[in-house]
Amino acid sequence: MRFDLEIIASWIPPAAKVIDLGCGSGELLGFLRDNKGATCTGIDLSEDNIQHCISKGISVIHGDINEEVADYADQAFDYVILSQTLQQVYEPEALLNTLLRIGRHVVVSFPNFSHWRCRWQLFWQGKAPTTSQLPYSWYNSPNIRVITIKDFRQFARRAGFSILKEVAINTDNQERTGSIIKILPTIRATYGIFLIGGTAQHQ
Amino acid sequence: MQSQSIGLVEKRFFHLPASLALEGGDSLDSITLAYETYGELNQTKSNAILICHALSGDAHAAGFHLGSDKAGWWEIMVGPGKAIDTDRYFVICSNILGSCMGTTGPSSVNPKTGKAYGLAFPVVTIGDMVTAQKALIDSLGITRLLSVIGGSIGGMQTLEWSIRYPAMVFSAIPLATTQRHSALAIAFNEVARQAIMADPNWQNGDYYEGHKPDLGLAVARMIGHITYLSDTAMRNKFGRRLQDKDAFSFNFDADFQVESYLRHQGNKFVNRFDANSFLYITKAADYFDLTARKSAEHQPAFAATTTRYLVVSFTSDWLYPTRKSKAMVKAMKKHAIDVSFCEIEAEWGHDAFLLPNPRLGDMLSGFLDRMSKEYRNDNTHAL
Repeated sequence: MRFDLEIIASWIPPAAKVIDLGCGSGELLGFLRDNKGATCTGIDLSEDNIQHCISKGISVIHGDINEEVADYADQAFDYVILSQTLQQVYEPEALLNTLLRIGRHVVVSFPNFSHWRCRWQLFWQGKAPTTSQLPYSWYNSPNIRVITIKDFRQFARRAGFSILKEVAINTDNQERTGSIIKILPTIRATYGIFLIGGTAQHQ
Repeated sequence: MQSQSIGLVEKRFFHLPASLALEGGDSLDSITLAYETYGELNQTKSNAILICHALSGDAHAAGFHLGSDKAGWWEIMVGPGKAIDTDRYFVICSNILGSCMGTTGPSSVNPKTGKAYGLAFPVVTIGDMVTAQKALIDSLGITRLLSVIGGSIGGMQTLEWSIRYPAMVFSAIPLATTQRHSALAIAFNEVARQAIMADPNWQNGDYYEGHKPDLGLAVARMIGHITYLSDTAMRNKFGRRLQDKDAFSFNFDADFQVESYLRHQGNKFVNRFDANSFLYITKAADYFDLTARKSAEHQPAFAATTTRYLVVSFTSDWLYPTRKSKAMVKAMKKHAIDVSFCEIEAEWGHDAFLLPNPRLGDMLSGFLDRMSKEYRNDNTHAL
């Protein structure tokens, strides 16, 4: 499993109700179902991914996460997972508010744009950074925004979300292995992973 | 796994022990249902799957009848090692109430008069079809179906089963269907019915001893076939190509391939289907609307069910387009029902669910496999 998903999985308690937004071929959900006894569901835009998930016995909805999440009842899930997708979301604050309405906790992970490789390319080469976490060029990138770990902390505070957990990780090129970064995370981490909770108004 | 045909199968008949109270207010005596089964019912009776057929289908979903080389209508999906695997599951398919393929319908003999019912047959609903099927399932000693599966009008029955008898339906797979017949779908049905009723041979439905309204029924079927295809499907299949000629005939023969195709489908249909059954079944579809239904607690239909769903739509289906499936999925999600949904890219229109499709097969078999496991766990917990 991808290293960031391993970290996320370790945060999910047994028998939780989980929804994974942009669940891909169901790697994380399959793991949570088999190892944590979680009740799982996912949403994905790709027909291939949906077929993989359903044929593996995972409940998934074929559609756009921004539209699909609106249908669920308040607090329908214990955990809502938005991994490596926030950088592609048009209205992050509105989406996260919806996620905190449908779930008690929301896990958000994103590529950290303040990693030294990004800084290096921008500062010394004067180019829009491309890294293995953000491999696209400016003209073909599906990532419509860049986020740093510091940015997200500030945003969460301003939006009134409580940060319950926060981990910065550094992954290798394949992203199968990695390590948790404690010293200088905003410079050394490739990804930030946050567990956020809402306020009374979300419930 | 090697997949092959289930082979020789037999049509059987079930006689309902009591009369059936119909939604329209009438009741119907002496109902017979034609049905077929494939595979073996296991000891715990936990591997039963009911397949519901569409408008012109029948109980013959798979295999071959003695002396015939015509396979069942869902042969591609049902059989040993196939998506609906008869080595694992006990599969039942029954002809719907109001049809003409062995189950009681307007062409059956009315025991009160000794003649065919004709329009004396009461108007039945999708709910009535399902209630009749339930009597069959009860008679087989099955208290809970592992799954109910059906496309189009079969999908309506599938949904109806899960709403009417939620405790009996562990899972359901409605394909290319709707929870609510649209104005467009009703309009097509009405034009098709008018074609039948305008045929002088129709005789107010009392034609069984004379000439049948074949012309009207053929036109009705032609209209149906237009709705089963799609703009793209027709363009690819026929375009403006001419049939067996190089130039226009400048008369009203079938010049274009699409004309010839529709005429062929219409003519073929009259040999196997009853015009009155067409009227009754399309009317049942038109009446279908789960959104108007309330549960015992006056909640929307899906609030009271525990059935797990797999909903599938097809991109080019313009009779029951994806937004119809999405509407039911939305209602299911709202009520915290376990639901999966996939819109399959397919160019063949509404008919796509009947055509070979590895993606659909793969999803059905994976979903049914999970359902088998969860059914077992559920039974263990219940003990």
